[in-house]
Amino acid sequence: MIFSIVMATLRVAVPLLLAAHAGLFSERSGIVDIGLEGKMLAGAFAASVVAALTGDPWLGLLAALAVSAALGLLHGFVCIDQRGDQVVSGMAINILVAGVTVTLGLAWFHEGGNTPALPSSARFPEFLGLSVLAWPAFALVPLTSWLLWRTRFGLRLRAVGEHPAAVDTAGVSVAWLRYRAVLIAGLLCGWAGAYIAIAQSAGFNRDMTGGRGYLALAALILGKWRPVPVLLACLSFALLDAVAIRLQGVVLPGVGAVPVQAVQALPYVLTVLLLAGFVGRAIPPRASGIPYVKDRS
Amino acid sequence: MRRALPRWADLILLPLLNLALALLLSGVVVLMTGANPLVAAAALARGAFGDAEAWGYTLYYATDMLFAGLAVAVAFHAGLFNIGVEGQAYLGGLGAALVALNGGGLPVWVAVPLAVGAAALFGAAWAAIPGLLQARRGSHVVITTIMFNFIAYALMTYLIAGPLLAPGQMSPETRGFPAIALPQIGGGTPLNVAFVLALLCAAGVWLLLWHTPAGYRLRAVGAAPRAAVYAGMVPARIIVWSMLLSGALAGGIACNEVLGAQHKLFIGFTGGYGFTGIAVALMGRNHPAGILPAAILFGALYQGGAEMAFDIPTISGDLVVAIQGLVILTTGAAPFLLRPLLTRLVSRSA
Repeated sequence: MIFSIVMATLRVAVPLLLAAHAGLFSERSGIVDIGLEGKMLAGAFAASVVAALTGDPWLGLLAALAVSAALGLLHGFVCIDQRGDQVVSGMAINILVAGVTVTLGLAWFHEGGNTPALPSSARFPEFLGLSVLAWPAFALVPLTSWLLWRTRFGLRLRAVGEHPAAVDTAGVSVAWLRYRAVLIAGLLCGWAGAYIAIAQSAGFNRDMTGGRGYLALAALILGKWRPVPVLLACLSFALLDAVAIRLQGVVLPGVGAVPVQAVQALPYVLTVLLLAGFVGRAIPPRASGIPYVKDRS
Repeated sequence: MRRALPRWADLILLPLLNLALALLLSGVVVLMTGANPLVAAAALARGAFGDAEAWGYTLYYATDMLFAGLAVAVAFHAGLFNIGVEGQAYLGGLGAALVALNGGGLPVWVAVPLAVGAAALFGAAWAAIPGLLQARRGSHVVITTIMFNFIAYALMTYLIAGPLLAPGQMSPETRGFPAIALPQIGGGTPLNVAFVLALLCAAGVWLLLWHTPAGYRLRAVGAAPRAAVYAGMVPARIIVWSMLLSGALAGGIACNEVLGAQHKLFIGFTGGYGFTGIAVALMGRNHPAGILPAAILFGALYQGGAEMAFDIPTISGDLVVAIQGLVILTTGAAPFLLRPLLTRLVSRSA
C-alpha cells in the first residue's frame, strides 16, 4: 500500500519536475515561460508520431527534444530579439500547439486526433519499477543546483535574470545567455513530453498534458525558483494526486466528506496563498519578464 | 532607432499584414495535413457566410468572442493581462444558472435580467480576488488568474456533478431552464439577444475608456503607473475596478451560452472562448472598433471551421485553435516582426 503510493507519487512527479526545471532555467535567466504546457504537449506528440512510425522510442525521444527545443528557440526569438511580451508569447505557443497537434494527428492517423496505440517495444522499458526516462529526472536536481550555483555559466545565468545591464557591462552577451536558457527549457519540456506520451502512456491523445505545465509553474513558484524546494513541491503535488482517489469519500472530523476536486484544487490554492504572501513570500528573479534593451537613451 | 512609419500604416496595414502572415502559416499547417489550403479556405468561408443560417451561427460565436475580447482589452488598458476570462465566464454561468434554477416563481421579465446580472456579478467576483491580490499584495495577476482558472474548473466540476446535478441525469449537467432564456433573434440558429448586449457593451467600453474621467484614469494607470500616482490617482483602486469590469464582461459569455443557447449548465460550456479573447483583443488592438471585426472574424473561423471539418474529413475543427495561436503570435507577441520590411516599402514608395 505505502510502496504503491510512493511509486505512484514518483511516476506523477517526473514530468512536473522536468517542466518545473525548464521553467527554472528560463525564469532564472529573465524569460518568463508560461509555455511549458505547449512545449510538453508538442514533445508528447512528436515522440508518439516518430515512435509509431519507426517503432523506436529513442528516435521518439529525439523528435520530442527537437520539436520542443525549436519552440523554446521561437519563444527566445520573440522575447529576446523581438522584445515581445513574454506572457503573450507563451500563451500563443500553448494555444498553437493545442490546435496543431490534434489537427495533424487527425489528418495523419484518422483516430480523432490520437496517435496509434504503441506496442511495448516502441515504449521505454522500466527499470526498478520506473521508466528509464524517469530516473535521470531526479538526478537533474543536484545537477541543476551545481550548474546554477557552482559554475561560471550558472552565476552569469542567474545574474542575467537579476540585473542584465551589469552582465552586459562585464562584456558577457545577455542574448546568448538567455538563448541557452530557453534552449535548455525546451529540451527539458521535450523530455517531459516524451515521458508522458511514450513511457507513462502508449501514444498521444488530445491535450494529454492536462495542465501539468501550469502545475509545474505553480511548483516553481512554491519552490521559490530553487531546485530542492521545487523538487519538494513537485513531490507533494504528485502525492496529492496519488492519494486523491483514495481520499475520496474520506470523512474528516468537523469538515465532512472531502470532495476529490478539493484535493485537486489544493496546489493552485496554495500557490495563490503563497503569492499573496500569506504563507511566506515568493519573489521572482528581478528582471524576469522585462526585455533587455541595451540603449536606454 | 525605429524609423517613423505613417500612422495609417502602423494602425491598419501592419495588423493586416500580421493577420495575413498568421493565415499564411495556417495554410502551411493545412498543407501538412495533405489538403489544399485554398479548398479548405473556400469551405471555411462558405460555412461561415454561405447563407442566412451560417451568418446566424457566425454571429452567435462572435458574441462570445466579443465579450471575451472586451474583457481582455479592459484589463490590458489597466496594464493587466487577465488570462482568467475562461474561469470568470465559467463562474458567470454558475450565477446565471442559480437564478434560472431557483427563479421559476418570478415573472420572466424580472428573472432574465436578474440572471444576466448574476452572471456579470459572479464573473466580476471571480476576477476581483486576483485583482485585489494584485492591488494590495502585489501578486502577479497573470499567475493568479491562471491558478483561478484551475480552481474554477475544480469548483464547477464539483458543483455540476454534485449538488447541481439534475436527478436521473447521466451526463454532468443541471436541469434545463428553457423558460428563463434570452430571446432568440436568428431564426433557427442559437443567435440571441446576448449579441445585442455584446454590441452595447462594446459601445459602453468605448465610451467609458475614451470619454469619461474614470476611463482616462484606467488608461493612465496602465500606461504610466508612476505618472498616474503623481497626478493623484490611486492605482490599487483602479486595478480592482478594471478587474471587476473585465470579469463582468466575461460573464457575458455565460449569458450567451447558458441563457441564450444551451438553457442548462454543463461542464466545460465555456469551450476555451476565454482564451480566444486574447487573440481577439490583440488583433483588435484593444479598441472596440478593432475588437468587433476581430470577434466576427473569429466567430466566422469557429463556425466555418466546424463546417469545413464536416466537408473535408481529414481536417479537424481544431485547426481554428491553431490559427488562434498563430494570430496571438504574430499580432501580439511579435507585432513588429514585419515593421522593418514595411518601413522600407513605404519609404521607397514615398
